[in-house]
Amino acid sequence: MILGRVAGAIHSTINHPFYNARKLLVVEKIDPEGLPAGDYLIAVDVVGAGVGERVLVLDEGNGARQVLSSSDGPVRSVVVGIIDHVELTRQAS
Amino acid sequence: MLLGRVIGAVVPCVVCEGLDGTPMLLVQPLDMAGSPKGRTVVAADSTRMAGPGEIVYYESGREAALALEPAFVPVDHAIVGIVDGLHVPGREPAP
Repeated sequence: MILGRVAGAIHSTINHPFYNARKLLVVEKIDPEGLPAGDYLIAVDVVGAGVGERVLVLDEGNGARQVLSSSDGPVRSVVVGIIDHVELTRQAS
Repeated sequence: MLLGRVIGAVVPCVVCEGLDGTPMLLVQPLDMAGSPKGRTVVAADSTRMAGPGEIVYYESGREAALALEPAFVPVDHAIVGIVDGLHVPGREPAP
């Protein structure tokens, strides 16, 4: 799974039937400190995340289909959690 | 999935079994703000309704083939939706 911050949402009426009534979020990838990692992805939301929240994104197809109860949905990325906080243990270098 | 803008179509004359009649579109990947980013890809259009200039979202890799019927076809990018509204506060895309 990867860390991200919800940057926005996508609305769509013409889509693959699998995406009917599914909520799509634009998620900016972040590093553990919360700084933008310079990339983004679009993920299906199953936890009710809102713009600005830090989230946990599952980026693997079989797990994503399991979460969405589908055997053949064309999906890989799902927002599976909202992050409260990240504890980072600094290693002495 | 990523955002992309349809910039053209590809018309193949011979395709693998299962890909007959599948629209193949040229897609320019976009960043969150709607600006071009990265190299153009050819994507199968599972919506069959995307046209030039439209912003779409597409799946890549193994999952792309699942968007098509039959599912086990050799594609690595597939358009799965057309964007009506993209709401990224502070980074609205150019129309």
